[in-house]
Amino acid sequence: MTDPVISARDLTVSYTLGRGLLGAKTQLHAVDGISLDIEKGSFFGLVGESGSGKTTLGRALLKAAPITGGSVEYRDEEVSHDLRDLSGAALKDYRKRAQLIFQDPYAALSPRMTVRDIIAEPLEVMGLTKSRAETDERVREIAGRCRLNLEHLRRFPHAFSGGQRQRISIARALVSGPRFIVADESVAALDVSIQADVLNLLRAIQQDMGISFLFISHDLSVVAHTCDHVAVMYLGRLVETAPTRSLFARPLHPYTSALLSAIPSLDPDETSQADKLEGEIPSPTAPPPGCKFHTRCRFARDACKRDVPQLRELAPGHRVACHFTEEFDFSRAPAVAPRRADATA
Amino acid sequence: MTETPLISVKDLSIRFRTDEGLITAVEDVSFDLAPGEVLGLVGESGSGKSVTAKALMRLNGDNTVYGEGSSIVLTPPGEAPVDVLALRREKDMRRVRGGAISMIFQEPMASFAPAISVGDQMVEQLQIHSSMTKAEAKELSIEMLARTGIPEPARRFTQYAFEFSGGMRQRAMIAMALSTKPRLLIADEPTTALDVTIQAQVIDLMKDLVTEFGMGILFITHDLGVIAQTADRVAVMYLGRLVETGTVREVIRNPGHPYTRGLIDALPKLHDLDAPLTPVPGDIPSPLNRPPGCVFHTRCHMAEKGLCDVKVPEYRIRETGQSIACHFADAPVTAKEPA
Repeated sequence: MTDPVISARDLTVSYTLGRGLLGAKTQLHAVDGISLDIEKGSFFGLVGESGSGKTTLGRALLKAAPITGGSVEYRDEEVSHDLRDLSGAALKDYRKRAQLIFQDPYAALSPRMTVRDIIAEPLEVMGLTKSRAETDERVREIAGRCRLNLEHLRRFPHAFSGGQRQRISIARALVSGPRFIVADESVAALDVSIQADVLNLLRAIQQDMGISFLFISHDLSVVAHTCDHVAVMYLGRLVETAPTRSLFARPLHPYTSALLSAIPSLDPDETSQADKLEGEIPSPTAPPPGCKFHTRCRFARDACKRDVPQLRELAPGHRVACHFTEEFDFSRAPAVAPRRADATA
Repeated sequence: MTETPLISVKDLSIRFRTDEGLITAVEDVSFDLAPGEVLGLVGESGSGKSVTAKALMRLNGDNTVYGEGSSIVLTPPGEAPVDVLALRREKDMRRVRGGAISMIFQEPMASFAPAISVGDQMVEQLQIHSSMTKAEAKELSIEMLARTGIPEPARRFTQYAFEFSGGMRQRAMIAMALSTKPRLLIADEPTTALDVTIQAQVIDLMKDLVTEFGMGILFITHDLGVIAQTADRVAVMYLGRLVETGTVREVIRNPGHPYTRGLIDALPKLHDLDAPLTPVPGDIPSPLNRPPGCVFHTRCHMAEKGLCDVKVPEYRIRETGQSIACHFADAPVTAKEPA
C-alpha cells in the first residue's frame, strides 16, 4: 500500500434549506459521514444513481463544496493540506494541484476563446509561467499529450467534435501540473467509440504522469474497465468499496448487485430480471432511517429500518455496509456471470 | 414477409439547404418496419438517425430537401396507405403526427411545456387527435399515467414537469405518447439520460406496452446493450447511410460490417475486464465533405485504395437475411433488379 493522496474521515457536506412549516430548518446531507482513501497514482471509481451525492463528494474533495463536518487531507511529495481550513495562498496552491474535468464538453469551453487561450488560462490566472513563450511551450506540450496539434490550438471550440472538445478540457485540467484530478462523468456525453478513446487517454495520463483520479460515473461497465478501486454511493453514504475485480466478481451489497444487473447485456438471450430495483432513490431531504437503502431492498428486515449499518471489511480491501450480507450470495447475479462459451461461438 | 409493413422507407435521401450549400444528412436509406416489431436504429452522433426518424413525421425544418425517388409509405393496419412525403397540408400531417405516429425524446424536460400542467398537456393532445370530451380525456390520461407506473396518478396529473423526477418525466412522456394509441412509436434515445436502474424499468415498460398495444417501435440509440435487450432487428447507420441491417442476434454476434464490429469493440464489457477498449480510429467526417465511395473508408482498417474510396458498396445479403454494405462482406451481392 502506498500513501493516500486524499484521505477523508467522516466527511459531511450539508446544506441548510429554507424554513419548513413549523419554522425548523431542514438540513440536507448531500454527503453523510464518508471516509475513504485514494491511493497515490490510482484510478478511483465512484458510482451511484443521480442524487446519490457523488458529484458533491467530488467537489468537496476539491474544496469546491463546503465541508461541514469531518476532515479531508491532501498529501503529495511536496506538501500536505488540511482541506477544512484551507484559505489564501494555501488554497491557491491546492487549486494548482487538484483539478476537475467536467461532464459536458460543449458547456465547459468558452466559445469566444481559442483553444490555445482556453488551455493557457489556468497558467495565466495562477501565474505559473513567467513569459508568454514559456506559456506557449507548456500549452504545446500538454496539447500534444492530448493529441491536439498546433493547427487545433488556433481554432475555436465550435470547430471540434465532442471527443476533441473533451480532449481540450483534459488538456486544460492538466496544464497546471495537478497531482489529483476529479473526472465527473467525463465520458457520459460521448459516443461509445469516442468514449473508448477518451478513457484510454485518461488511463495513459494516469500511468505516465502518476496522477491520481477520482472517476465519477453512473456507468458501471466503464468503471469496471478503467478503475483500480470502486466505491458505491447511495444517498450520501458509501455502501460498498472494494478493488474493482473483487467488487465485480462478488458484489456484497444488494444495491451494488442491483446496479450490476441493471446494465443491459449485449447478449440478447441474457435477460436479468432477478435483481431489478423498484422505485427511485428517495429525496435526500427526507432520507429513510436505519439503512438508507431499506426502502428499495428486497432483503430488508426490521433491523434495517432501525440500525445504520457501518462499513465492515469482509475481504482484503473490500468493505460493505450491510447488516446481512453474509446471508446472500449475489455472485450468481446473471449480469456478471462469465459469458457462456457458446455465446460468441 | 407477407405482412404489409407498417412503415416502408425506400431510397430516402435528405439534404438541408444551408449557407454552406446543400448538406447531405441521409442518403439512400431503405427499411421496413412490421406492426409489432421493434427496430433499433444505431449510430454515432451525426449519423443521421434522428433526421431519418423525424422524416417519418415530416418534422424536419423548412430547409429540408427530400431526394427524388425517396418514398415513405405508412400503412396503419386496416387503413389506406399514406404517402408521407406527399403530404402538403398541416391538417393532413396531423393525422400522422401524434395520430398514427408518436415520438418520445431523450430529454423529457424539454418536451413538456414548463408552465402548463402535465395533465393539461395530455388532455390537449387527446382532444386534437380524438373526439373525446375533456372528462374522458382526463380519465384516460390518469389511467395511462397509472399504467406506466407513476404512483398517485391523479395528483401527478395536476403537477408540472419540474415536479417530476427524471424517470417519472420519461414515464409521463411515454404515457402521453401512447394515450392516442399510435401504430408506430419513435423513441429517440429515451433512456440515455436516465440512471441504469431507471433505464431498466423504462425498457421493461416499453416491452410490456409493445406486447399490449401491438405497435411498432423505431428505437433510436447509440447503446448496443439497450438494443440487444429491446429490439428484434437492428439497422446500423453511419454518415447518413445504412451500413448493416439484420436481426439483433445476428448483427451483434456476427457483425458483417467493420463499423458494426468497431462499435461492439469500443464497448466496455463486464464479462471480460481485460479486453482493451478499442475506439473506432479517427472522427466522423463532417457532412460538408462526405467521403466518396464507401462513407466509412476513411476510418476503416480494411479499406482498399481504388475500390473503397471510389465505389459505393452494394448491399450483400447473408443467408440469415443480414444485409451488409461492404465490398468485403462474406456474402453475395444481390442484384437490385429482380433477376
